Amino acid sequence: MSQQPVVIIGSGLAGYTVAREFRKLDTETPVVMLSQDHGGFYSKPMLSNAFAQKKSAESLLMKDAAKMAAEVKIEVRQNSKVTSIDPEKMQLEVNGETQPYSKLVLALGADPVRLPLQGDGADAVLSVNDLDDYRRFREAADGKKNIAILGAGLIGCEFANDLVVAGYKVHVIDLAPQLLGRLLPQESAAFMQSKLEEAGVVFHLSTTTQKVERVGGQLSLALANGEHILADVVLSAVGLRPRAELAVTAGIKANRGIVVNGLLQTNFPDIYALGDCAEVEGRVLPFVMPIMQAARALASTLSGKAVPLHYPAMPVAVKTPACPAVVSPPEPGAQGEWKVEGNVDGVKAVFQHTNGQLLGFALMGAAVSEKAALTQQLPPLS
Amino acid sequence: MKVWQCLVCGFIYDETKGDPEHGIKPGTSWENVPADWSCPDCGVAKADFEMVEV
Repeated sequence: MSQQPVVIIGSGLAGYTVAREFRKLDTETPVVMLSQDHGGFYSKPMLSNAFAQKKSAESLLMKDAAKMAAEVKIEVRQNSKVTSIDPEKMQLEVNGETQPYSKLVLALGADPVRLPLQGDGADAVLSVNDLDDYRRFREAADGKKNIAILGAGLIGCEFANDLVVAGYKVHVIDLAPQLLGRLLPQESAAFMQSKLEEAGVVFHLSTTTQKVERVGGQLSLALANGEHILADVVLSAVGLRPRAELAVTAGIKANRGIVVNGLLQTNFPDIYALGDCAEVEGRVLPFVMPIMQAARALASTLSGKAVPLHYPAMPVAVKTPACPAVVSPPEPGAQGEWKVEGNVDGVKAVFQHTNGQLLGFALMGAAVSEKAALTQQLPPLS
Repeated sequence: MKVWQCLVCGFIYDETKGDPEHGIKPGTSWENVPADWSCPDCGVAKADFEMVEV
């Protein structure tokens, strides 16, 4: 009997990194990657930093599916949408055909959260979650002047900085009273806000967008605080929701994301999940560094040597050139408090346990130079 | 002196600045960055990715 392939659903950073790392350990077992889009490789973090550099979607595509398949030595199937998984029979349905697997890796990614908006312009609100979205956004913004961004989180702030540098007038709206709400103490957020405002970004905080209506060729946003903003393009960046529906329908357990243990294994021993779709021992970490860590551990487990995932401390760089920033937020529920020191050049905030142990930090401006030294003092996550 | 960008996360390596926090002196060409150096933002080892010149 011929050996069934390892099947990877998803061609993002998680899928391709697992494939690449697996090939370093096992050059024989066939690997089939199922991509619901073009299957090419690109850097997702760069999507929120590419406008000012005038990068087209084409120039962001590093390698197409054929090149990736040849380089990683796997089969990549484009435009292949998986409609169901049968964990008992170890097979799945893709484009109406049955595909068996020996091991299945779910690298499904996440969908952008959409606010419930009223008005006839609500369907014109864009999100940028992949390269095709980026292409649509660029086309929509081409030759225009005013962009409104829903959400002052990490992605919203990165886009705001990028677009303002690219010459747009940018408004950012968020229900939270501060930027990067869950990641930063108030003083750090205020510093970043002042730097982005100096660059030209206008913030509307502690309020939300209720209605988007078409007015002439533009969109009019009605905010809960009574303000109205006129924009040519509205970009939504209010967070991500792990893609778990396919798994749930198959009986795979999911909570916020697809539930996996330290081996990245679901409740079915031959089905694994990682990246933005996964909840690893209670944590959903939709960032690059956790994906790289998970992909390496999983590749080893798939090749026959079970390696539990251990997360080191993983600071996240916020790509806002107007205010360089790096954050390593304390875990939810961590005991301790923020201590903040700031001056005109930057703000250093450290989150310390009552016993003095460093549990997190947020560095803004000139303070980012302390990143390496502080990261060494952080405990690993698990 | 050239400027390079990490293909995975977009990190910028500027040869004139180096990466002094991780022992790479200002003025170090990408070629001379050691193979065990990894991208400070995403952790990818130098040996595992390509940097593009920007």
